[in-house]
Amino acid sequence: MSYVTKSPWIIHYDGSSCNGCDIEVLACLTPMYDVERFGIINTGNPKHADVFLVTGAVNEQNKGVVQQIYEQMPEPKVVVAIGICACSGGVFRDCYNVMGGIDTVIPVDCYVPGCAARPEAIIDAVVKGLGVLAEKRAAMEVKEDKAELAVETEGKQNE
Amino acid sequence: MGTIIFLIVFPLIAAVALLILKNDGPRDIVVKVSAALIAVASIILVVQYFGDGDRYFDVDGEVIGYLMMAMEIALAIVIIWLGIKYKKILAVVLAAIQTPLMVWFELSTGHGITVVNNLYVDRLSMIMVLIIGIIGTLICVYGIGYMKDFQKHHQEAGDRRPWFFFLMFLFLSAMFGIVLSNNLVWLYFFWEITTLCSFFLIGYNGLFHKKHEDKVATRNAFRALIMNLVGGLGLVIGIIILGSYYGTLELSTMLKIGSMGYSVAAPAIFLAFAGITKAAQMPFNSWLLGAMVAPTPTSALLHSSTMVKAGVFLIIKLAPVMGWNVAGIMVMMVGGITFLMASFNAISQSNAKKVLAYSTVANLGLIVACAGVGSPGAVWAGIMLIIFHAVTKSLLFLCVGTAEHNIGSRDIEDMDGLFERMPRLAMFMMIGIAGMFLAPMGMLISKWDAMIAFVDSNNIILILIICFGSAATAFYWAKWLGKMSAIVAKEENIQKSVHKEEWFSQGTHVVLVVLLCLCFPFVSSSMVVPYLESGFGSAAGLGLTSYDLIIMCVMIGALILIFAFFFGRTNKRIVPVYMAGAGKGDNLTYVGSMQKDTQVVLRNWYMESYFGEVKMNVIGVITTSVAIVISIGLVLGSMIGGM
Amino acid sequence: MLTAIISVIAYLILAPLIGGFLAGVDRIITARMQGRFGPPVLQPFYDVLKLREKENITVNRVQDFYVICFFIFVVVTGGFFFAGGSLLLVIFTLTLASVFLIVAAFSSGSAYAQVGAERELLQMMAYEPMVLLTAVGFYAYTGSFRVDDIMQGSNMPLIPLVGIFVGYIFILTIKFRKSPFDLSMSHHAHQELVAGLKTEFSGRTLALIEVAHWYENIFLLGIVFLFFVNGTILMTVIGIVVCLLAYFLEICIDNSFARMKWQVALNSAWIAALVLGGINLFVIMIG
Repeated sequence: MSYVTKSPWIIHYDGSSCNGCDIEVLACLTPMYDVERFGIINTGNPKHADVFLVTGAVNEQNKGVVQQIYEQMPEPKVVVAIGICACSGGVFRDCYNVMGGIDTVIPVDCYVPGCAARPEAIIDAVVKGLGVLAEKRAAMEVKEDKAELAVETEGKQNE
Repeated sequence: MGTIIFLIVFPLIAAVALLILKNDGPRDIVVKVSAALIAVASIILVVQYFGDGDRYFDVDGEVIGYLMMAMEIALAIVIIWLGIKYKKILAVVLAAIQTPLMVWFELSTGHGITVVNNLYVDRLSMIMVLIIGIIGTLICVYGIGYMKDFQKHHQEAGDRRPWFFFLMFLFLSAMFGIVLSNNLVWLYFFWEITTLCSFFLIGYNGLFHKKHEDKVATRNAFRALIMNLVGGLGLVIGIIILGSYYGTLELSTMLKIGSMGYSVAAPAIFLAFAGITKAAQMPFNSWLLGAMVAPTPTSALLHSSTMVKAGVFLIIKLAPVMGWNVAGIMVMMVGGITFLMASFNAISQSNAKKVLAYSTVANLGLIVACAGVGSPGAVWAGIMLIIFHAVTKSLLFLCVGTAEHNIGSRDIEDMDGLFERMPRLAMFMMIGIAGMFLAPMGMLISKWDAMIAFVDSNNIILILIICFGSAATAFYWAKWLGKMSAIVAKEENIQKSVHKEEWFSQGTHVVLVVLLCLCFPFVSSSMVVPYLESGFGSAAGLGLTSYDLIIMCVMIGALILIFAFFFGRTNKRIVPVYMAGAGKGDNLTYVGSMQKDTQVVLRNWYMESYFGEVKMNVIGVITTSVAIVISIGLVLGSMIGGM
Repeated sequence: MLTAIISVIAYLILAPLIGGFLAGVDRIITARMQGRFGPPVLQPFYDVLKLREKENITVNRVQDFYVICFFIFVVVTGGFFFAGGSLLLVIFTLTLASVFLIVAAFSSGSAYAQVGAERELLQMMAYEPMVLLTAVGFYAYTGSFRVDDIMQGSNMPLIPLVGIFVGYIFILTIKFRKSPFDLSMSHHAHQELVAGLKTEFSGRTLALIEVAHWYENIFLLGIVFLFFVNGTILMTVIGIVVCLLAYFLEICIDNSFARMKWQVALNSAWIAALVLGGINLFVIMIG
C-alpha cells in the first residue's frame, strides 16, 4: 500500500481567479470541512506538495509560474483545476491574453467545475486525485524496478 | 642551551640577511631555508628537554645586559625621533619616561641584584616555542607568495619587501626571547622589540612613504605604539617594584615567593597590566583592530602566533599568584568583559578581518579570564585555548588574505559563492571556522573546561559571561560558515592563480588543526598536565575526564568518515531552488515586475541596533577602565599604607 | 554500563515512536482547540512514510551530506544523554547538529532557506545561554555534569533549581519551534518565508529532518525529567507526567499566540536566562 494517499500535502495557486474559488479552497481548512482529517496540509511550497490546486484561468503573465511550480513538485503529483475558469477559461476564455484552462499549460488530473466551486466538490476532487496519485506512485515503482533490472542485466552482460 | 641561543640568534641573522637581499629568488630561498631551520630547531628543543621538565640556565648576563641597555636607549631614540617627525607627542613622552626609568633602575638598584637563571625552559614555553617555531615560520613562508601579489597591487611605493621580511624574522627572534627569558629585564627588552616591530609592520604602508603615505596606517601604527608603550611602562614599574621590594628580577623566584603565601599582588598587577595591553584587551583593544590595515601575514603573525600571545603568555605565567586577590580579580574582570563585548562586536562586522580581529580579542579575553581565575583547571583551558587559537586563527587569516587577493575584497558579503569559485579555499575556511566554535574541535573543548573551572571557583559573573558569550560566538561564526557554504550559481573556478606557497602553508595548517584535535588527550597529558603539576603542585580539579576527550576524538574520526563517504555524492536529480515560480533556472535570477530579469542579492544579518560596534566598545572600555583603575589604586594605596 | 547500553538502545528505538506519537497528539489537540476534528494520531508517521516514497530531488550535491550529519548528531546527542554522559557534552553536540542543519539550508543558496537559516541562528543564540545555565545549575547543585550521577541523587533538584526550571520551560517554546517563536520554520500553512529553513528540503531529506526533530524533542523532555529524579518510583512517575504537562503547555502556548518579532524572542529569552538562571545560580552558590 502506498502512503501518498494518507498524507496529501497541497499547494494552492491563484491563476487569475476572482478569488471566489480561493475562498472556497481555504474554506476546506476551516472547522466546517476540516480537511486535515485526511492528513491534508496546505504547504505553500511546491517541493513539499503532492497536490497542486489551481484556481482561475492561465494567462500570458502567469503561464511560466504555473509551469515552474508544477515542475518543482517531486513525483508523484496530481493537478486539480478548481472552478470553471481553471477548467476551461470560463467567461474569460476569449480574452486576448488568456490561454484558457490550466490544461493548456500543464497536465490536469481532476476538474472541479462551478462558479465558485463548492468545498464539498473540491474535497471530492482531491480525494479522486488521491486515486490518481496512488496509480502514479505504482507506476513509479514499476519504473524503478525496471531501471534496477536494467542495471542488473547490464552488469551481468558486462561480466 | 645551544638550541635556545640558536632560536633567539638565528632569526636575527636571517633577518639581517633578508634586509640585504634585494632579489626575489635568493629571498625566497633564504626565507624557506631559515623557516625550516627554525621549525626544526624548535622541535629539537622540545625533544631535548622533554624528559627534564623545567630547566633553568645560568648565563653570564653582565655583557648582554649592557648590550641590551644600549639597544633600549637606541630604540627609545628611534621612537622619540619618529614621534617628533609625525608629531605624536604622547609617544615621545612615554618613551622619554620609560627608558630613562628602566636605565636608572638597572644602573642603581637593579645592579645590585644578581640574577642566577637568565634563561629557562618549561612545558609552557615549549608549547609557545612550538607555536612560534611552526606557525610563525609557516606564516613567513605564506608571506613569500602573498607579498608578491601585494607588491603588484602597490607598485608606486617601491619594493620594500626586504624591510618586511626583516621585521618578520626579527619578530620571531624577539618572541623566542620573551618565552625563554626568566630574567624580567631581558623579557622587557624583547617585549619592547616586539612593540617596535609591530609598530613598523602596522605602519608598513604609511611610515617612511614620501608620496603615497597611507595616513590611516600611520595613525594606527602610532596608536598601537602608544598603547604598547603604556603597557611597557607598566612592565617597568612592575620590575622596579619587584626589584626594590622583593629583591629579585627572576620570574620563577617571584612565582615561588607568591606560592609560599606572600602577597606579590603589587608586581603581579603591573606585569598583568602589561600583558593586558599586549593582548589587546579592553580598554586597549582598538590598536589590534587598527592593525588590520597591515598586509595579511602581519595580521596573522600579530594575531595568532605572536604579539598578542606574548601578552597572554605572561598573564598565564602569573596565574599561580592570581585567584581571589586584587590582581586576579582585575585580570578576570578585564578578560571576561572583553570576551563578552568583543564577541558581541563581532556580530555586527562584515569585514572578515575585523570579525577575526574581534574574535581574537574575545578569545584572548577568555584566556586572560582563565588565568585570572588561576585554578589548574582554568589554566589548562587557557593553555589549550592558546594552542588551538594560534593554529586555527592563523589558518583563517591566511585564507582571508588569499581570498582578498583573488576576489578583490575582504568583505564577507563578497564571498558569495566562494564554494564554487575557490572550492579548496572555501573548504579550508570552513574547517577553520568550524574549528573556532564547534563541538569536537579544540577551541570548544577548552571553552568547555573553562566553563567547569569557572563554576568550580563559584564565579557567577564569569559563568554568565561565558554562557552569553558562547551564544554570540556561535552566531557570528555560523552565519559566516553559512555564507561560505552557499552554492549560489554556476561560477567560474578562479583558484588556479593562488601561489603554491600559500597552498602549502594553508594545507599544513589544516592538517595541524585536525591532527591537534585528534592528539588532544596526548597534548594534554604530556605537555599541559605536567606544567600544571610543576606550577600548581597538582593538576587536580581538571573538569574534563580523559573519557570526554576520547569521545571528542571519536567524533572527529566519525566526521571524517562521514565526510569521506557522503560529501558531494548524490544520485538525486538536481533541481533549481524555489523562487516563487519566477526563477530563471540559474538560482540567481528571477523574472521581476514588468518581466524584467532581476538578480537575487542575499545579505547576512548584522543586528547593528543590538550589537553596534561603538556601543559595545564604549561599555567595554568604561567598565574595564574602571576595573583597572580601582585595582591598581587599591594596590598602590596598600603599598603606600604599608610603608 | 549495561543499563547505559540498554537505555541507549531503548532510546534509539522508542524515541522516534514516542516522538512521532506525541507529534500526532499535538496535531489532534491543536485541531480540537480550533474546533476541528484533526488527523489520525498516526498522521506524522504517514507523513514521513509518504515523504520516503517521493521522488529524490535536491538542489546541490552537498546538501544531503549536511542533513545526514544533522540527523546523526541529533541522534548521538540523545544517545549521550541517555547513556548518562555529561550534560555539556550533550549540549555541545546538539549545537553541532543544529549548525549542520543551518549550513544545509545556507548551502542551497535559496533566499527563503537562507533567511530561515539566519532566523534559526538567532533562535539558537536566544536559547543557548539558558540551556548552558541549566547544565551549570545541575552541576552547581549535584556536583556533576554527568546525567547518570544526577540520576543517582536522592534529592529532587526541582526545588533548589526552580528558577532554572521555569527558564528552561520558557526556552523550550523556541526549541520546539512553537508560536510565538516559530520564526525559522513552521508546520502551519503559509508563513512569510514559505517553509523557511525547510524550503529546499524534500522527500527523504525532509523525512529525515522530521524524524530528527522527534529524537530531539524526546531528549529535550528528558532534561525536564531530570529535574524530578530522586530515585523513587513515585517521582519517576511524576517526572513523566510533568514532561507530558510541559508538552501540553507548549501546545497551549502555540495555539494562543501569534508569531512575534525576533527582537521579542532574543530579549525575552536572554532576560529569562539572566534573571531566572542568574539569580537561581547565585542562590545555590551562596548556599
